[in-house]
Amino acid sequence: MRVVADLGLCQGHQMCQGEAPDVFDFDEAADQVVVVQEHPDESLRPQVVAAVQYCPAMALALEEDA
Amino acid sequence: MTVTENLAGIADIPVVSIAVPDDDGHGHLAEMRIDPVALLERVHAECGAIGRFRIADKEVIMVTGAEANEQFFKAPESTLDQAAAYPFMTPIFGPGVVFDASPEERQQALKNQALRGDQMRGHATTIENEIKRMVSGWGDEGEIDLLDFFAELTIYNTAACLVGLPFREEIDHRFAEAYHGLERGTDALAYVDPYMEGVEAFEIRDRSRATLVELVQGIIDRRRERGTVPREERDLLDVLISIDMSADYITGVFISMLFAGHHTSSGTSAWTLIELMRHPDVMAEVVTELDELYADGSEISFQALRSIPKLESVIKETLRLHPPLIILMRQVVEEIELAGHLIPVGTIVASSPRVSNRLAEDFPDPQAFDPTRYLDPRQEDMQNRWTWIPFGAGKHRCVGNAFAMMQIKAIFSVLLRDFEFELVQPSETYRDDYSKMVIQLQRPCRARYRRRTS
Repeated sequence: MRVVADLGLCQGHQMCQGEAPDVFDFDEAADQVVVVQEHPDESLRPQVVAAVQYCPAMALALEEDA
Repeated sequence: MTVTENLAGIADIPVVSIAVPDDDGHGHLAEMRIDPVALLERVHAECGAIGRFRIADKEVIMVTGAEANEQFFKAPESTLDQAAAYPFMTPIFGPGVVFDASPEERQQALKNQALRGDQMRGHATTIENEIKRMVSGWGDEGEIDLLDFFAELTIYNTAACLVGLPFREEIDHRFAEAYHGLERGTDALAYVDPYMEGVEAFEIRDRSRATLVELVQGIIDRRRERGTVPREERDLLDVLISIDMSADYITGVFISMLFAGHHTSSGTSAWTLIELMRHPDVMAEVVTELDELYADGSEISFQALRSIPKLESVIKETLRLHPPLIILMRQVVEEIELAGHLIPVGTIVASSPRVSNRLAEDFPDPQAFDPTRYLDPRQEDMQNRWTWIPFGAGKHRCVGNAFAMMQIKAIFSVLLRDFEFELVQPSETYRDDYSKMVIQLQRPCRARYRRRTS
């Protein structure tokens, strides 16, 4: 899987960090999400799915690797 | 050849029919003040993806459907102005108080106003306490007016979370009632003149605002008398007093902070309960879900921030059918393109959550209350990001939506744990009053509660 963040939509809520702390970090200066693991391990899928689902800005997406 | 040459102007955009005679010469304003839903639905039915109508001297271009909505929600920030599209808000906030923040300021507000993820746990605890206080005098059974109850509860919740706990302790039902008066002052006649003489809604609005200023002045006076308190006991009001803002201005700031989160959460909570009472099978499923979730004695403040799938689906479906804002508007400040048309400066562009949320191509059986739409794999909210729009979409997507969802989950965690609810009136008599731009439940809107015994 591939994790994608749309920085044009991110509002800096930082909810994703709570859901999947190993996958998402936060750039305090830019006030935006940083995807630290673009291709996280399959075991993190439930966390990533929750982060995508609960992003208040709908800025995250999970794409399947081709 | 430039792109512009291929685009039609607004003259080619079809105009919706007139259903309510415009004896006043203000175009569709008369219908907007009586039955705006019928107007917005007709714009889509008669004109399709892009149509237009006129409110006083404003041309309104309304788009519908995924493609045109996406263009609307993605339009560059610099090209659209929100404040100019909502003239009815200016007298409510008062002179000098900004209507809407830029995305940068909104992001700043996220930091300051504590809407951020890491602050939510504290808010959930606060809200749990507020709702417990509201029902503490309920006894074993009785009736409530849904409008009064949720309007008061959500004023306390938003005041406590956004302004501060000390301020919350200094307000009571008088503040909630006066605040409600402001919301009732949002008559669309403001598109002609927000200060028009002899309009009852505007008189109520101005009296209510004066009452709020008086109440806030009283709180300021008592705080001044009391003197300074330790840093950890201060709230936003102390900060504003310390920089010598007037009571009038401080009240305006508070009104603007509370406005977006109040009538929206209040109405959505009330409609969630109404839809649950209308669908006892769904109510039973949600109650079971909550009972199981809290069986281990876990805290509401903990669970309200986590997944409660059935309850969440019910809230989402309530939001789809009863979006608190039925039309989102912006005034064009720099020519933009929408659905193949070039829209000139000064025009209002709009998209309607009420119409989009019920498009049959995106939401099968669109008029039906069906919370299973949001379960895997349908996920009709995620699949239709430009037409499932109770919170808007794009960069301006409601910044308080996570707070709102948490709040409503916390409210129902307490209410449904301790009480059973049933309709008092025939189901179809629960309706919204659309006569003002801020929609409210129409009275009577009563519900009966009984304390759970098991």
